[in-house]
Amino acid sequence: MEAYISLFVKAVFIENLALSFFLGMCTFIAVSKKISTAMGLGIAVMVVQAITVPANNIVYHALLKEDALSWLGITGVDLSFLALLSCIGMIAALVQILEMVLDKFFPALYSALGIFLPLITVNCAILGGSLFMIERDYNFGESVTYGVGSGLGWALAITVMAGVREKLKYSDIPAGLQGLGITFITAGLMSLGFMAFSGIQL
Amino acid sequence: MSAVMNDETKKVLVEPLVSNNPITLQVLGICSALAVTSQMSTSLIMALALTLVTAFSSAAISAIRNHIPSSIRIIVQMTIIASLVIVVDQILKAFAYDVSKQLSVFVGLIITNCIVMGRAEGYAMKNPPLESFMDGIGNGLGYSLILIVVAFFRETLGSGKLLGIEVFKLTKDGGWYDPNGLMLLPPSAFFIIGLIIWGVRVWKPEQAEKVEFKILPIAHGEGGHH
Repeated sequence: MEAYISLFVKAVFIENLALSFFLGMCTFIAVSKKISTAMGLGIAVMVVQAITVPANNIVYHALLKEDALSWLGITGVDLSFLALLSCIGMIAALVQILEMVLDKFFPALYSALGIFLPLITVNCAILGGSLFMIERDYNFGESVTYGVGSGLGWALAITVMAGVREKLKYSDIPAGLQGLGITFITAGLMSLGFMAFSGIQL
Repeated sequence: MSAVMNDETKKVLVEPLVSNNPITLQVLGICSALAVTSQMSTSLIMALALTLVTAFSSAAISAIRNHIPSSIRIIVQMTIIASLVIVVDQILKAFAYDVSKQLSVFVGLIITNCIVMGRAEGYAMKNPPLESFMDGIGNGLGYSLILIVVAFFRETLGSGKLLGIEVFKLTKDGGWYDPNGLMLLPPSAFFIIGLIIWGVRVWKPEQAEKVEFKILPIAHGEGGHH
């Protein structure tokens, strides 16, 4: 149990996808102007991440890994080079299904999150989460923890960023630095803040 | 050759370098751009990989652009890009195993790099293969330029080396330079990109975005007397 908690804290703070691996930066910068939209996107990323990382984990361990096909009686086959293609296909398909399910059963949620869902397919944070899961060889339990944790970390980062930017637009910033430039510097300072958690070992 | 290097080709090749840079102006593709820049060697490999993938995927997509049904075009583009990235990834694993270990997941993340998709969707779907190829090279070079500048500062200031060769002699070896450890950590990449954008916008003010909230200068003598 302790190992899971430790992995969770690591995924949320220390190895925050946005601030220490720069994943999902394009959307992180583009959609962090208002807290409400940022939070909507953050929740959408968290939900998708919590579903896709374990799903990719199952596919990888059942089909792609070296000798994974032995349950079919096929041995000596290593399809792990297909991981990239299968991950991105899986993500695209799951996002599409999630969109249809939300549309059918939770229309209110769909109208709140709907616009963000297609954006998420090409969000580096989602693919990055799955690729880190493969690289670090997580088992199923760890992949669930990592999926939820890394999604939560990303949501936290973009919400905090939006909060800072809402105040930032009233401050007197040198002309060329306004907008994008100061946003990057703010992200750097936030990244320093998140790194303060790196001493925590559970 | 003069027919090949016409004005359009030159424009798509040169414009993305400064005046329409995908990173500083269009805010695309920074995702993976920053994580690999703590060393020059990984940055160069990453820049090369991304430029090649953008160029070849644009050319391939442009060659079949009239046969792709528009409802499934995104998935077709993504499959082409993913296949090219797999090729690059396998080549790196075969011939430069150490570098591919250092780049870890970031080669795979070229698939979701907004520059590649952006060029496929925004340029290659409407233009012939050769121009699209050049456009891919141009945008890849624009990305490479930023990557190399960031890596240059991070590696020289962070470890006193460039491409692994000593530039500044470190204090621990009896030299004069005390390395700045912050430069090896993620936040420094944000700071450097922020400063680059500041520099570019001072140089070319037309790139600055519209001010959302104008701050009026405080009139002289006002305040402090109430």
